[in-house]
Amino acid sequence: MIKKKKKQDSIIDSSLKRKYKLQAKNVKVWYGDFLAIKGVSMDIKPNKITAFIGPSGCGKSTFLRLFNRMNDYVDSFRMEGEINIDGDNIYDKDINVELLRKQVGMVFQKPNPFPKSIYENVAYGLKIQGIKDKKFLQERVEESLKQVGLWNEVEDDLNKSALALSGGQQQRLCIARTLAVEPSIILMDEPTSALDPISTAKIEDLIYQLKEKYTIVIVTHNMQQASRISDSTAFFYMGDLIEYDKTNKLFTNPEKEQTENYITGRFG
Amino acid sequence: MNNIRKNRIKDQAFKYWGIACTLLGLVLLAIFIGNILIDGIMRIDWDFIVNLPSRKAERSGIYTALMGSIWVLLLTTLIALPVGIAAAIYLEEYNKKNKLSTILEVNISNLAGVPSVIYGLLGLEVFVRIMEMGSSVLAGSFTLALLILPIVIVSTREALKAVPKSVRDASFAMGASKWQTVYHQLLPASFGGILTGVILALSRAVGETAPLIVIGALAYVPFAPSSAMDEFSVLPIQIFNWITRPQHGFVENAAAAIIILLLITFVMNGIAVYFRNKWQKKFK
Repeated sequence: MIKKKKKQDSIIDSSLKRKYKLQAKNVKVWYGDFLAIKGVSMDIKPNKITAFIGPSGCGKSTFLRLFNRMNDYVDSFRMEGEINIDGDNIYDKDINVELLRKQVGMVFQKPNPFPKSIYENVAYGLKIQGIKDKKFLQERVEESLKQVGLWNEVEDDLNKSALALSGGQQQRLCIARTLAVEPSIILMDEPTSALDPISTAKIEDLIYQLKEKYTIVIVTHNMQQASRISDSTAFFYMGDLIEYDKTNKLFTNPEKEQTENYITGRFG
Repeated sequence: MNNIRKNRIKDQAFKYWGIACTLLGLVLLAIFIGNILIDGIMRIDWDFIVNLPSRKAERSGIYTALMGSIWVLLLTTLIALPVGIAAAIYLEEYNKKNKLSTILEVNISNLAGVPSVIYGLLGLEVFVRIMEMGSSVLAGSFTLALLILPIVIVSTREALKAVPKSVRDASFAMGASKWQTVYHQLLPASFGGILTGVILALSRAVGETAPLIVIGALAYVPFAPSSAMDEFSVLPIQIFNWITRPQHGFVENAAAAIIILLLITFVMNGIAVYFRNKWQKKFK
């Protein structure tokens, strides 16, 4: 779907598709001379929530941003290895990055609505695809805002500036904006770290509901959050993937000592 | 104890010194404006604005020069605006940071410091002679456009820089291309800042005399320009011309024309300040 040239999928590919949504194969990332990701491989299943945890600077955000190629804007960025989505390597030459990002949405650490109206924020992704049908846009805006539970709060203020909303509302708006273009994967980079506990709880509920339709990868500093909402958890340390397992298993019975030290708060 | 008192005295001393320095500029401006007003305010009436130049001071008006200034201002805007903004967008959003881009950037800043008379010489050679525009409004406008281009570029880049990176991230992450991000997000968000820079640049252009004299703008033009290829004069040149005349009447005329010119630049600066304030609120 994201390839300009459509190639015939083999039988093996399509069976892989059902099993893994995202695959990283021996991925290495450099910023200049600094090796930020030291060869990570990982498979992520569809319709699951996968959490990335680890101390600051461990590479988890960098790794997350590989999946929608947001690192491309860093001048000194360089990578090796493969990132596959539905079996297609998204770092292939014939990948259309704009189409890729319509399929892989992203929610950022600090709520970052556009300095425009609430309506314009949600409709933006569709408008830049060239969709002009007012009725369709309105329906999608309403539907997306309902999905994040914001519709009742902003129904009458759709033309007001999105910057007038509270932090939690802004973050839900950012999620709605992402949902409006109907991605299949949503990347979240510490989506609640700038929010108060009540807003955080709302967003966590929302994320939990969203996994029915979307594959979600979330970076978080909050280990309770990871254990509450995720199905699988990956622990990163110094650019390495130390342990990747079912969340239950990783938090109760980790294989590696480093993981145990981290989740019990002995370092990091 | 002694030290504390010393520091307090120093603190107070600097405060008053600072006030004096701040007032110096304002007082000078006030004296200047007062002087000009005394000399010229009585001379300003409708006739002064719509009369053509004349040998007799009391029958002279600024019509041709005013019209010349307006023509030059409009054409300069039309030329400098698209070129300057496009260059700024390229430098700020598209250009990869490397040695070449650093050299490019430093030199654009340097251009802003080149004396305006040099631009006049450039305009004379390139526009008047090589491109055979003659001493026309168009040649003058191209010259002034070159003159203010670095200011437009620098201020547009500042305005683009002031848009938080998170807006770009959000737009790219939604699948927008670079141009879509520029067009739908960055330009609207930085509109006020760009406009402020452009207006300030233009209010500089409207006061420029030297480069226009060099390219051959005339002190005496019998008619207002009716096309871009016509000869022209502008207010500062008209003022300069009147001041050099011995008769007292022309000195009055010059003062009156200065008041009009000041009015134009003050209004333009006022508009710039208004947009800057309005725009600053947006991200707070």
